[in-house]
Amino acid sequence: MTESTISKSFKRNEDPRLLTGNGNYIDDIDFPGMLHVAIKRSDYAHARINKIDTTEAKKLPGVVAVYTAEDLGDYWKPGPLQVPPPTAIKGSIFHARPLECIAKHKIRFSGEPVAVVVAESRYIAEDALDYITLDLDPLEYIGDLEKTLEPGAPLIHEDLESNLSADVVQEVGSWESAVAEADIVVKKRIVTNHVAGAALENRGFVAQWDDNFKILNVWATTQGPIPMRNSIARYLGLMENQIRLMNPDIGGGFGPKIMSSQIDDVIIPWIAIKLKKPIKWVEDRRENFLGTTSERDQVHYAEIALKKDGTILGVKDEFYHNTGAYNPYGMTVPLNTQTHVVSIYKVPNYYTRIKMVFTNQMVVTPVRGAGRSHGIFVMERLLDAAAKELSIDPVELRRKNILPPEYLPFRTGVIGQDFVENILDSGNYPLALEKTVEAIEYEKFKKEIQPKLRAEGKHKGIGVIMFTEGTAVGPYEGAKVMVGVTGKVNIVCAYSNQGQGHYTTFAQIAANQLGVDIKDVSVVIGDTGQWQWGVGAFASRGITLVGTAIHQASVKVREKALSLASKLLNTPQEELELSAGVVRVADLPEKFISLGELAMRANPTRGTVEEGMEPGLEAASYYGPPHGATGYGCLGLILDVDPETAKVKIERLVIADDCGTNINPMIVDGQIHGGLQMGIGEAFYENLVYDDYGQLVTASFMDYLFPQATDMPDKFEIKHIVTPSPLNPLGMKGIGEAGAICVPACYMQALEDAFEDQDLDIKDSFMSPSKLYHYVQKAKSA
Amino acid sequence: MTQKVKVAITVNGTLYEREVEPRLLLSDFIRHDLGLKGTHVGCEHGLCGACTVLIDGHSARSCTLFAVMVDGSDIKTVESLGTIEKMHPLQEAFQDKHALQCGFCTPGFLMTAVEYLEGNPNPTAEEAREAIDGNFCRCTGYENIVEAVQLAAKKMAAH
Amino acid sequence: MKPAPFDYYAPTSIEEALDKLSELGYSGKVLAGGQSLIPAMNFRMARPTALVDLNKVKELSYIKPTADGGLAIGTMTRDSVVEMDRLVNERYPILVKTIKHIAHRQIRNRGTFGGAIAHADPAAQLPAAALLLDANLKILSKAGERWVKATDFFIGPFMTVLEPEELLAEVVLPPMAARTGTSYQQVSRQKGAYAQAAVISLVTLDDSDRVKEARVALFSVAETAFLAKKPNEVLAGQVATPEAIEEVAAYIAKNECDPGTDIHGTEEYRRNLVHVLVRRSLTEAVQQAKK
Repeated sequence: MTESTISKSFKRNEDPRLLTGNGNYIDDIDFPGMLHVAIKRSDYAHARINKIDTTEAKKLPGVVAVYTAEDLGDYWKPGPLQVPPPTAIKGSIFHARPLECIAKHKIRFSGEPVAVVVAESRYIAEDALDYITLDLDPLEYIGDLEKTLEPGAPLIHEDLESNLSADVVQEVGSWESAVAEADIVVKKRIVTNHVAGAALENRGFVAQWDDNFKILNVWATTQGPIPMRNSIARYLGLMENQIRLMNPDIGGGFGPKIMSSQIDDVIIPWIAIKLKKPIKWVEDRRENFLGTTSERDQVHYAEIALKKDGTILGVKDEFYHNTGAYNPYGMTVPLNTQTHVVSIYKVPNYYTRIKMVFTNQMVVTPVRGAGRSHGIFVMERLLDAAAKELSIDPVELRRKNILPPEYLPFRTGVIGQDFVENILDSGNYPLALEKTVEAIEYEKFKKEIQPKLRAEGKHKGIGVIMFTEGTAVGPYEGAKVMVGVTGKVNIVCAYSNQGQGHYTTFAQIAANQLGVDIKDVSVVIGDTGQWQWGVGAFASRGITLVGTAIHQASVKVREKALSLASKLLNTPQEELELSAGVVRVADLPEKFISLGELAMRANPTRGTVEEGMEPGLEAASYYGPPHGATGYGCLGLILDVDPETAKVKIERLVIADDCGTNINPMIVDGQIHGGLQMGIGEAFYENLVYDDYGQLVTASFMDYLFPQATDMPDKFEIKHIVTPSPLNPLGMKGIGEAGAICVPACYMQALEDAFEDQDLDIKDSFMSPSKLYHYVQKAKSA
Repeated sequence: MTQKVKVAITVNGTLYEREVEPRLLLSDFIRHDLGLKGTHVGCEHGLCGACTVLIDGHSARSCTLFAVMVDGSDIKTVESLGTIEKMHPLQEAFQDKHALQCGFCTPGFLMTAVEYLEGNPNPTAEEAREAIDGNFCRCTGYENIVEAVQLAAKKMAAH
Repeated sequence: MKPAPFDYYAPTSIEEALDKLSELGYSGKVLAGGQSLIPAMNFRMARPTALVDLNKVKELSYIKPTADGGLAIGTMTRDSVVEMDRLVNERYPILVKTIKHIAHRQIRNRGTFGGAIAHADPAAQLPAAALLLDANLKILSKAGERWVKATDFFIGPFMTVLEPEELLAEVVLPPMAARTGTSYQQVSRQKGAYAQAAVISLVTLDDSDRVKEARVALFSVAETAFLAKKPNEVLAGQVATPEAIEEVAAYIAKNECDPGTDIHGTEEYRRNLVHVLVRRSLTEAVQQAKK
C-alpha cells in the first residue's frame, strides 16, 4: 500500500524556481519590437468630457500612437457585467451599469482612463501623458454613501433617477415578531472602511498578434483566464481557440485581479492587432491605487433583539454598500455580507436590506473577504453591545446562541453570491469557541490578570469572536490528468494561481491516486491553449473545486491504468497496486509495468480498438458543488494599549480554524497567516481616503499603510479542527480568506475591553491611535 | 538629442559597459537592459523592498537609484545566490519554512537577509523580524520569513 | 512611475561640482543619496531640469575627529556609515539612536548625512539632530566658504539658506558636555515611517543636579524642525522636577508646535503626543545625565 499524500506538508514544487529569480511574471515578458502603454487618467472625479486633444502627444519622438474612446469607434462599448444580477432573489432591483474601459462622454471617478499612449518605452509613454489636454466641465463630486441617495445629489448615471444601483431585501421569519417578544433591542450604526488588495505585483497585460496564423497570444495577471479569454473573443469577433491567454506567475491576487472588461483586456489586444506589434501594459503602484478595484465601504443600520437571558430573537440590518462608479461585479460583495451576518448563531428572524449606491469612486469588487468580514463585524459588534447592556460576558453570550453541531447542515434561508441558499454544511462551532477560549486563557485573563493590570493603570483588553468563511462556491471547475510516456504525470486546468501552492496541492491529490512522487507531477494552470473550461480564482474555491475535479480525473486514470495493467500482467485488478511510478502485483513486486509503459500502450498506433475506448492514460473531469462549503473558526486577541499615545500592540493572537481536510497543512497555515496580515491591516492600518473633491489621498505606500513585519504579533497561534466537508469526496473547504474576515470584529471588542470603564462603543471597522484617542476622550467626557 | 551616459557596472561578477539615459532607474537597467528578471518592482518609491539588491555589499532599493549613480559599483542580485539545482542555504530555508507564496517579494527579502546575516549570524526571532521590517509581503504574514531567516542562520553556521 | 528627463552631470571633485552648480544656477539640483528626491521624481512631483550627482565626489565622505573632541562629518557620508562609526557611537549615541529611526537599513545605506540636512524635510530626523547637537555647517561655493549654525540654517519646509550655486560640504558637531543625558522619543504609525510627533532632548546637569542647559528639538510638528524655547526658561538653574518638566511639556504642546491634521492623526492628537513625548524625553534625558 502506498502512503497517502493527503494531509502532508510537502515542500512546494514551485519554490526553487521562484526563489532563484526564475519566476516569469508579467513584466518579465519582453519581445523584440515590443511597445509600451501608458494610460492618461482623469484627475477630476466627476466631469463631462468636451474634448480630449492628443495632437501634441502624438508628435513626441518615440510615441507610436495615442487612442481615445473616439478612436475606438464602434469597438468601444461598456461592459459586459462580470457577475449576473440577483434575479434569484425575489423583488430585487438592479440597475446594470457595467464598467467603461475608457471614458467617452463622462468621467465618473478620479483615475478613470481617458486616453492610451503607445510608445517605444514606458518612460516616453509617460512623457506623452503630459501633452494630452482635457477639455472638461467639472461636475459635483459625490462620495458619501448616504448623501448620494439624497434628492439633489449629482447623478452619476444620468439615465437613472438616482444613484441607487441596487435594492435587495432578504427576510427569514419576521423581524417585527422578534421585536414584539424582545426584552431589549440594541441599535448600532456601523461603518466599515475602504481597503485595497495591494498585491505586491501590479496588474499587467501583454498581447501579441500573429497576423499570419491569426492567433492572438495574451499574457495576463487575471484570476479568471477563461472568462477573460471569452470576453476578448467576443470583443474582437474571434473564435476562442484563436486566442491563447496564459497566466504568467502572478505576484498576489487577493481579488482585484479577477476584474475584466477593463483597459487591459479590451484595448491592449485591439492595439496589438492594429499595430501588429507586441504591446505591453504594466500598471504602476499609483495606478493600482487609483484604477484597480477595491472594497469594504458600507454603512449599516443594524439592530438585534434579545431576551434578557441573552437569547437572540432576531437581527435587522439595513445597509448602504458602495459600488463605486459602476457595478460590473453585481451583488457578490453585499450578498456575502448578508449571508455572513447569520452564519454562526441561531437567529430565527432576520431582515436584511442592501442599498447599493453609485459614488464617484473607483469600482468596488471583492478583496480577500469579499463582504464577509462586514457581516461578521456587524453581528459580533451587535452581540458585544447586547452583552454590555445585559451585563453578560461576551463569550457567554456567544456560547448561549451558537449553532451546535447537531444543527448542521443548517439552512440559513439567505441566498448568497452563488444565487442559492446559504447552507452551513458541517462543523463544530462550539468546539472552535472553546479551543480559543482555552488557549488564550480567557477566564484567567479576565478574573486574575486584567484586574491586576487595571490596578497598575495598564490597559490590556481581550477579544473573542466567531467567524465563518463561505468558500468553494460553484458554478464549476474542471481538470485533466494525464500520465505521460515518461511515466510523469501532468495536470492541466484553467484556474489561476497567485501563490496559493496549487502546483503542490494539486500534485498531492493526483499523486494520491497514481502512486507517483509529487515532484513528478507537473501542473499547468491558467493556459487557455491547454484547457478550455473554467471560471476562476475567487471565494477560496481552488482546492475544493479544481482539487475535486483532479481527484475525480485521477480516479479515472487510476482505473484505466489498473484495467490495462491487469490485461498486460494477466492478473486481476484487485491484486494490483500503484506505487513508485509503476503498477505492480501486491505480493510480487517484481511483476510490474511502469506507468510510462502503460501510457505508451494506452495509445496504440496500429491495429483496432474496442468500442468506447478512449486513448491514453488520461481523463478529464468537472465538479460543481450544490452550494458552497463553509469554513469557520474563532479568533482571540489580547491587545496592549498605551493610554497616553493610544498605540496598540497585539500581545497574543489565537485562532481556531476548521477548513475541512487540509491537503497540505503547511500551506493552510500560510493562508491563515496571510489572511491575518490583511485582517490586521484592515483593522488598524489600511484605509483608502478620498477627499472632498474625490481625489484619492492615499495613492502610494507613504499614505496607504501596508502592514509590516513588526505590526504582526510575535506568533500566530493556530488551533486546527478538521471536520471533512460532506460535499466532496476529499472533504475539503477553502481557507484563503478566513484571516482577513475575523480580525476587525475581535480587535474592536478587545479595545473596548481594554477601556472597560469608559464605554467606547466602537462603531468603525477601522481604528488608528488617533481615532482611539478621540474615542477615549469622548467616552471620558460623556 | 537624448543624453546618454557611459556606465561600467559589475552585476553578479560580470562587468557590463553600456550607454544609458540618466533617468533610467537601476531596477529597469537590471531587469530589462541586462535581462536579470529576478529583481522585482512593486512600488517605485522605495517602500516595498521588492527591488532590493546589494550594492558594494550593502542592501539598497534599485527603484530609487538611477543606473548612472552606481557607475563603477559591484551589484549582487538574487541570481547570484543559487540555482534551482543548488540553492543557497537561505533559499533552502525559505522553502523549508514556506516563507514564500507568490514569490514576488521574495528576492528582495533574500538580498536583505543576505546582508543582515553577514553581520548578525545568530539572530533572535525579534532581531530577525526587525531586520526584515523594511520589506513588504502580502501573502505570508511574515512569521515564516522570520523563521526562515533564523533557520538559514543555523544552516550557514553549520557550513 | 518613471521620472521626467533631465540633464545629468557627475563631477569627480568638489571644485568641478561647484563650477557646475555655479553654471546651472536655479536649474541645477544636487543629487546626493536620492532617497527623497528620486521617489518624488518617479511620481513626477519633482522635475529638476538638471542634476549634479555628487556620488563620485569622494572628498565629501569622511568622519574626522576635531581638535576639541567633536566630529566633522562630510555631507556625502552615508547615513548607515555614520550609524555604525565607532567615534559616533562613542561621542554621540543620541545621533546613532536618531539615525536608526530613519526609514529602513536599505534607505540608510544610500541616504547621506548632509543630504537629509540640506533637504530640510520638516518630518526628517537629521535636521532636528543637527539643531540638538548645535551643529556648525560648512557651505562652499565658487565664491568661497561660509559657516552657518544649524539654528540659522532652516527657514521653512524644504527651505534652507543654501543658494542654488552652494554646496553643503561638512557638518561639525561640538563635543557634548560632561553630565549630559539624551533621549529620543517618537510616535509613528509604523516602524520606519514618518513620525506623527518626535522629540529629541539633551540635558546637561551641574554637580548638584541642577540643569545647566536643556535642549528639546522637535520635528514633524511644525514647518521645520526646531528647538523649543521653554525648556531653558523654566529649567535652567533649577532641579528638573516632574512638575517642572510637566510645565514645559504642556507649554510646548500648546504654544510652540503647529502639527496639522492629516489622514493619520488629528491636530489635537498630535499635540497630545508632543505633550507626552516631551515629558518622557526630558525625564529620560535627566535620568541619563545623572548616571
